[in-house]
Amino acid sequence: MSGSEFVPLSLTPMLIGLFAAVACALPGNYLVLRRQALIGDAISHVVLPGIVVAFLLTGMVATWPMMLGAAGAAVLAVALIEGVRRLGRIEPGAAMGVVFTSMFAAGVLLLEQSDTSSVHLDVEHALYGNLESLIWLDATGWASVIDPEALAGLPPELMRMAVTLVGVGLFIALFWRALKISTFDEGFARTLGIRTGVLGLGLVIVAAVAAVAAFDAVGSIIVIAMFICPPAAARLMTDRLERQIGWSVVFAALAAVLGYVLAGYGPLWLGGQDAVSAAGMIATVAGLILALAARFGPCRKRAGAPAV
Amino acid sequence: MLAEALLLGLGYNATLVTVGAALLGIAAGITGTFLFLRKRALVSDAISHSTLPGVGLAFILMVAFGGEGRNLIGLMAGSALSAWAGLLCLGWLVRNTRLAEDAAIGAVLSVFFGFGIVLLTVIQTMSSGRQAGLESFLLGSTTGMLWNDAVVIATGGALVLAVVALLHRPMTLVAFDPEYAAARGVDTHRIDLAMMGLVMAVTVIGLKIVGLILIVALLIIPPVAARFWSERAGTVALLAGAMGGIAGYVGAAVSATAPKLPTGPIIVLTAFALFAVSLFLAPSRGVLAALLRHLWFQRRVHLRQGLLALAQGQPIYERLTLRLLRRAGLVRSDGVATEAGRARAAKALRDEKRWEVVRRDLAHEAAAALYDGLRDIETVLTADQIAEIDRQIGPPTGVTA
Repeated sequence: MSGSEFVPLSLTPMLIGLFAAVACALPGNYLVLRRQALIGDAISHVVLPGIVVAFLLTGMVATWPMMLGAAGAAVLAVALIEGVRRLGRIEPGAAMGVVFTSMFAAGVLLLEQSDTSSVHLDVEHALYGNLESLIWLDATGWASVIDPEALAGLPPELMRMAVTLVGVGLFIALFWRALKISTFDEGFARTLGIRTGVLGLGLVIVAAVAAVAAFDAVGSIIVIAMFICPPAAARLMTDRLERQIGWSVVFAALAAVLGYVLAGYGPLWLGGQDAVSAAGMIATVAGLILALAARFGPCRKRAGAPAV
Repeated sequence: MLAEALLLGLGYNATLVTVGAALLGIAAGITGTFLFLRKRALVSDAISHSTLPGVGLAFILMVAFGGEGRNLIGLMAGSALSAWAGLLCLGWLVRNTRLAEDAAIGAVLSVFFGFGIVLLTVIQTMSSGRQAGLESFLLGSTTGMLWNDAVVIATGGALVLAVVALLHRPMTLVAFDPEYAAARGVDTHRIDLAMMGLVMAVTVIGLKIVGLILIVALLIIPPVAARFWSERAGTVALLAGAMGGIAGYVGAAVSATAPKLPTGPIIVLTAFALFAVSLFLAPSRGVLAALLRHLWFQRRVHLRQGLLALAQGQPIYERLTLRLLRRAGLVRSDGVATEAGRARAAKALRDEKRWEVVRRDLAHEAAAALYDGLRDIETVLTADQIAEIDRQIGPPTGVTA
């Protein structure tokens, strides 16, 4: 395929998918190790009511209000889950189930009630995004990558996702030691004076920010899949956190690129005509990577006591 | 309008939907109870999301063999098969790798759902699939519900309830104490699979009405709400069934009253309202009850400390204590003890002294363990024992006023 076709049509969606995948996989490592993997699931469900409320308040589909609304909904959901868990003395899984399904239902209801026919906002879009449409029309070929005029026409999602990725990376780099200690031994971390509660909340907020930014571009399926599948697969490859994070980045990137290519060109190779959902395909490829790691990964077995 | 809807007066389709939703709610509430007691409520999330590829594959197969792609029974069979596959993947990941159950749930959920979305986009490009409307299974759609669909839901719900009735004892046993169950010869693995099979059946039945994303709510919220009202597994299950039924019935009826009220979300929000009521108002486990208990306890502590201070002639500055004492008629408004106040104070001080003796004496060890600074000594010791203690302390002394 020539550059004049690839650069405008496939380069930017692929990069956005890649950035989104890595930005979600990085905090996902800690969520998986802390057994909070389903927080990602909960966040991705409650993003919908957040976005709808933001739309109802501002009356337009603008990026920043929606990001704020979604992040607010994520924080509210975490607070509600914690509140229900403590007030009702309910196990965390069930508390999570109560909160996120209700908030999601409220989001769907609000969406139906409000007049969103004029804007592009519906449940399907929220679920699987539209990665394919984030094309770079100003590009004519590889030369455009260094052409400032064409660069100005880049889809804004690309910059946003790149900034999010850098932010997530910075958070993990800055709090590396504290995160590592508090993830593996919370009691010890507290004796060292690390404020584990604040740090845990910070991690959830960073995850929410990554989820919201990714959600905007690629839909919630990729968000859940990337929070969990690459870190889980990486967990089966090594016993060291540094290497686990490295593997998870590799897996996330692989899933994003391979998934996008398979979704866009796979049907053509099989004789079909239309591309299939890139978001769904990226999730599927991530699942296949996890399946391979679960079957052949060097550290796939549980060491020590069996799970209860 | 609402009254009419609740009395099934809004026409044929609305009646079908309302009755179907109520039956679904009952089945989901009762089945979900065992899942909740087993502390695996979110497994239902994985099960429900992994039905999607089955729906897509069933549609593609039915169309490929020249059939009508939207046959509900065919789609349900497909979704059941793929949910079962998801469940097997989940079990395999938890047993054979080091991944914890939550990570395995998330992985199965997202991958199966993603693959399902891929299949949906494939179907959209098929010539016969343009109006397939399979997206309606995501959030449910009751507009085109037929008599046959209602019969399928009712039959499925009845079957689920029959199996629950057969298996409720071993399922309760496994939920509370799997090791003991295994020692009794119960095949815990198989009972767990049966439990998951039932959850899967409820999910498949609920696809049409509430859709696969929200069915989780019907499986989780009613049991959690019912748990506030009872400490007995059987009662919780029945209550959860009742709450699920009410949520389904009321939710479906309300959604029939206006065009822009989708059935699934309304049912879920009705269930959430029941949960909120339970959370705040339930006796003993509810928030309000806990708050009242706390206030009552606080009152007792302050009164007791106030009386002890009075008895020892110490001044009381604390406002709540003063207010409580004044309201009970034990001190005058200037903070000086009344006759009754002096008597109660003397009694409190004497009881404290008696407790001291009790706690020193090893013979009273069991009684001493009950000391918490508030308990009346008469509720723990007999009159004879108290008289014996009083002999050791000596006669009452006067209180300085």
